Parts: sequence; C-alpha cells; structure tokens
Amino acid sequence: MPALLGKPTMPSDDKRWRIVDATMRRNGYRQSALIETLHTLQETFGFLEEQGLRFVAQSLRIPVSMVYGVATFYNYFTLKPQGEHTCIVCTGTACYIKGAAALLSSIEGRFGINPGETTADMKLSVLTARCFGCCGLAPAAVIDRETAGKLTPSDIMDRLDRRISA
Amino acid sequence: MTPEELSKIASAQQETLKKYTHRIHVCVAAGCQSSDADKVKDALSAEVKAQGKEKCCLVKGVGCMGLCSAGPLVSVETGNILYQEVKPEDAKDIISSLDGEPVQRLICPTDIPFFSKQKKIVLENFGKIDPETIADYIAVGGYQALFQALTEMDPPEVINEVLKSGLRGRGGAGYPTGLKWSTVAKADSTRKYVVCNADEGDPGAFMDRSVLESDPHRVIEGMAIAAYATGADQGYIYVRAEYPLAIKRLKNAIKQAERQGLLGHNICNTTFNFNIEIRLGAGAFVCGEETALLASIEGKRGAPRPRPPFPAQSGLWGYPTLINNVETFANIPPILRNGGDWLAAIGTEKSKGTKVFALAGQVKNTGLIEVPMGIPLRQIIFEIGGGVPEGRKFKAVQTGGPSGGCIPEQHLDISTDYESLATVGSIMGSGGMIVMDETSDMVDVAKYFMEFCMSESCGKCTPCRAGTAQMHGLLDRICSGQAETRDLALLEELCDMVRNTSLCGLGQTAPNPVLSTLRYFREEYTMKLTDASAKAAAK
Repeated sequence: MPALLGKPTMPSDDKRWRIVDATMRRNGYRQSALIETLHTLQETFGFLEEQGLRFVAQSLRIPVSMVYGVATFYNYFTLKPQGEHTCIVCTGTACYIKGAAALLSSIEGRFGINPGETTADMKLSVLTARCFGCCGLAPAAVIDRETAGKLTPSDIMDRLDRRISA
Repeated sequence: MTPEELSKIASAQQETLKKYTHRIHVCVAAGCQSSDADKVKDALSAEVKAQGKEKCCLVKGVGCMGLCSAGPLVSVETGNILYQEVKPEDAKDIISSLDGEPVQRLICPTDIPFFSKQKKIVLENFGKIDPETIADYIAVGGYQALFQALTEMDPPEVINEVLKSGLRGRGGAGYPTGLKWSTVAKADSTRKYVVCNADEGDPGAFMDRSVLESDPHRVIEGMAIAAYATGADQGYIYVRAEYPLAIKRLKNAIKQAERQGLLGHNICNTTFNFNIEIRLGAGAFVCGEETALLASIEGKRGAPRPRPPFPAQSGLWGYPTLINNVETFANIPPILRNGGDWLAAIGTEKSKGTKVFALAGQVKNTGLIEVPMGIPLRQIIFEIGGGVPEGRKFKAVQTGGPSGGCIPEQHLDISTDYESLATVGSIMGSGGMIVMDETSDMVDVAKYFMEFCMSESCGKCTPCRAGTAQMHGLLDRICSGQAETRDLALLEELCDMVRNTSLCGLGQTAPNPVLSTLRYFREEYTMKLTDASAKAAAK
C-alpha cells in the first residue's frame, strides 16, 4: 500500500496539480486544510473530479468517503464540469421579493436549462446563490464573475447573448 | 512598532491628505462596483491628469457610503458634496466644477432623513478611508485602542470596559459580549482561539460584507483586543466564499498589519503575539451556527453538535474559543477609545449602542444604515427608507432572515431592540431588513423561507431534516390550493415539534417565518384553504 506511506504521486504531469499541492503544503498537509484544498482544486480545474478528490484524500491522509462527504455537503463545490460561461442568479430574500424567479424562468425559456444545469453545447451553466449581499441592487446576478444589479428578464438575456456570441 | 511610531504614521498620512485641496471619494464596495464604480474612478483619475490637477486633487476609492440604490456614489470631501448615479462620462464635469459650482444634475441631497437619522459608530469610517491602505485607517485613530489596551490596561480591565458597555452579540442572539469574553478568559488552557464569524448566511443581509470591504482593519483590531483580553494567540476569520472582494481586502489588510508589526510577535513591544488566518466557507448556511462553523474550520462537514460544552469551554480542536460576529468586533475599538460608559449611554436599557441594518426590498432607499438601538421601526422604513415606492401599500417588514419573522403595520411603532422584536414574533437577527408591499403573498414568503431551511438543513437531526421537508410540502399544497383545514393544523403542530426538538438554532428557528405570518396574516392561509374546500364542496 504505497499510498499510505509518504507522499502520493501527482495524477499526471498537468501543472495544475502542483497548484493544488502547494495549497496543501502551505497548510502542512493538515487534515483541516481539506476545504481550502477543495477550493483550490475547483478554482484550477473548474470542478471537483474524482481523480482530484482521490489525490487530495491521499495527500491529507483522509478517507475518500470523508472527502466526498465534505465535497457534497457544501453548495459551493460542484462535481460536474461547468459550461464556458456561468450565470449565477441570486435568490436571496431581496432578490426574491424583486423578481429573481422571473429571471430564472426567462433563462429557462430561452436556453431550456434549470439551476444546476448546463446547456448541451457546454456554453452556459445556470446556478443560483443564496445571497451575494448586493441586496440594495436586487435582483442581481453574477455572469462570468461580473456582478450586475437591478436586472429585468430582457437585461439578463441581452447580457447572456452578448457573452455567448462573443 | 511603538505608540510613537503609530502616531507618526497617523500624522504623516494626515499631512499627505491635507496637501490636496480637493479629495474625491469613489465608493468601491461591492454594491457600487456592480454599477461600474471602478470605471468611474478610472475616468475621474484620467480626467484629473488631463486637466493637470494631480497636485491638488486626489481621487481615492473608499468604503460603502450606504445608499446603494443611488450608486455609484462619489463624494467631494472638501466641499461636502455627494453625487449619485455617476457615470464615467460625468468625470469631466465633476473635475471641471471643483473650483466653482457643483454639478447640479448629479447632486444627491445629504440633508434627507436617510443620512440625518443615522448614528454611525461601526460605519464611522465608511466613505472616508481607503480600505486598502492601512495608513488611512491609522490616520483616523486606528490601532490606538489596541495599543492603549496593550500598554495601559491588563486583560481584566479590557473585559470590564466591554462588560460596562453592555455590548451584546450582533450576530443575532444577543448574548452579552463581555460575559462571553470573561468565560474564555477564565478557561484554563494552554491554547485559546479567537474566531470571527463572517459567514453572513442570511439572505438579504450584507452588513458584515460591507464592514469587511470598507473597514477591514477595524475587525482585525477588534479581534486582536479580544485575543489580548482572553489570552488567545491565534485567530481565524471564517468568511463566505461568495464575498470575493471582502476576502481580497481582508487578505490585503492582514498582510499590511503584519508588515507594520500590528499582527505577529511582540506586538507594540509587549509579549503579546497574535496571528490571523482566513478560512473560506463553501456555501452552507448552517455554518453560521457556531459549532458547525468550528467543524468547518477543522475541515469537516459543517454539522452542529449539542451544547454544552460551549465553544468558550471547548471549541476549535477542543480548546476554549471565543466566537464573535464581524459587527461585534467592529464595535470594540471605539469602546476602548471612548470607554464602556460611552456606548452604554446610547440605545435602550437592555440593548446598548447602535445596530447596522441592510435595508432592502420594496423600499425607496435601499442600502446600509446604522441606527441607535430603540429607534421605532416605522422611522427606519418610512423616514430613513423613504417608504414603499410607486404609491403601493406597506405590508410587512421581515427581520432576522430565515430565523426571523414578518412584522405588520400595526407593530411598526415598537422600538428596535432585542426584546421588543421578540415580543412581536421576530428577532433582531444579524441585521437583514426586507420590506414587503401589498404585492407579496405571505404564504409564498413563508414557503420561500421554508425551502431555504429545508435545503440548508445539514441532515444531522431528524426533526429539522424531515420536519422542514414536511412543512415545505404542506406550504406548497396550501399555495397551490390543494390543502384543507386539517393540513393547516398539521403545519402548526409540526412548527411546534421542530421548534422544540431540533438540535441547533437552524431547526429551532426554522418555523418562525411560518408562525409569524400565521399570526398576522392568517386570512391569507385560510383564503387559500376555503377556496379548496369550496371547490371540493361544489363537486
């Protein structure tokens, strides 16, 4: 069982594994670094894939089942690959009161996807968030890391169309 | 660093700022940033250069100015002018007007109740200092309270000031901060931790985000004072991953404080050591509950555990741990600077000081406000908030997020404090305040919050895991007109059961939105029922 002795080898010579390893090293390979490491893994690879979860589990000496448990417990982590563009619609209370549901249904009408889904051509993923804290500008959405507020269904369609065709 | 060096930095920075005859402040908090405040700032800087005014005119990014609905906000500090909804194209007019009349079309009146009815303690530096420059914070008296504590006071004296101030936890529950501190201080242990709860999970609340984005050093200073008072040497800030800007500014602030010797070893040439690390949340509402938060810092699933033992006795890795909310820590430096009695003179008998609220929903002026405890709710909504827009009628105000309740018109004259809000079936909560008008369906509102609690339940205890799902199912049936009177009775019975038997605060308070809407808007529930039974009778 070489995996239990010493450091596990990186899954491939993809340089991104070194970034993941660096996070763990910075935290002294302590088990408490699990969530930090999963953040790095998701940031560098876009989502948490099985190979990555196994690598992290071995490196931190945590059972894969526990790593999987943590990865699925937190909403921020995703085990599915995301589309080229992401649109996160805030569903916090202020956005709910100001019509976040209309934004989501317009997206569904146009692209045929519900929150958590990605279009078949992998162009767009739609997600919801609990609250961005932009309640003063409700309803809000984050499209490819850019926050936009006071949105109407036609605003969000314009923005998405511009992104996707760009 | 010595106190003399600190005041040297302060006066040097004050001098630097004084050299500019015009100081233009652009709000660069997340709210205004999503309305393109960055571009406005760049355009203003470029215009200053184009007009050759670099020597006399400073453009700087500052923290939240409060009135998010009118963003991006720009203020000309030297002339006391506030501009609203500024666009990059307006830069030329603003810079050209500096020595003459202000640009009338952009002016935001500052004598309106939104500004005049507020009392700023936690938000005192908002809109004034650059959150990314430590010297700016030091120039307004920052880190003086820490030095005062380290050089002039022993830990019990610090705790005594906090006790005297009557400060209560701003995370929502309102536990006396001084008592919590003295419990941790008395605990006998080789290691202790200080944790800042910045996992602002309540949807509709953004107070903590704004504090971290606009004045991060104040939180660091508050934590360092708490560590000195309780005997801790390691701190953690647990912040939501959904707040990238707050994380960036915090990291920057910690680095600056370390470089200046305000964090690390032998702070202020004393034997006091303190370090802070940031831990990122990952989108779990339950992690705002203190025992779940501790589990998450340890890298585990955020499942709460029964209390006692309380974290003050056995917290992170079993060591005594002090957990306070962002706003609580932000209150500490001014308490030490001005004395506990000063804060105790503000507010009501049992709720001292001020409270920051995130005012949002169907109200004219949305944004961040700070008011003295005890101010009537009506004043917050109708004077500061400017009332409901477009002539619609006010229906209810929701405080406390998914753990709170909806307060109807007839109770708007109560005072805003921990006890009064509880008597009308809501809670102070962390400070989210969402205004609803006549277009809101209160049963749907209850269902919205129940959906939230159902999907955020960690699943550890059955009453919460299964109870919230059952309650959500019942509310769904009521909303879609398929429920009968006995379903409503069942819903009430479930509320009682989940409230009394759940393990942690999430489950115990999950029924609150249902109970409070049932209390004040019962007819909206029964109307949906009678409709259904009427249809059944007609068949």
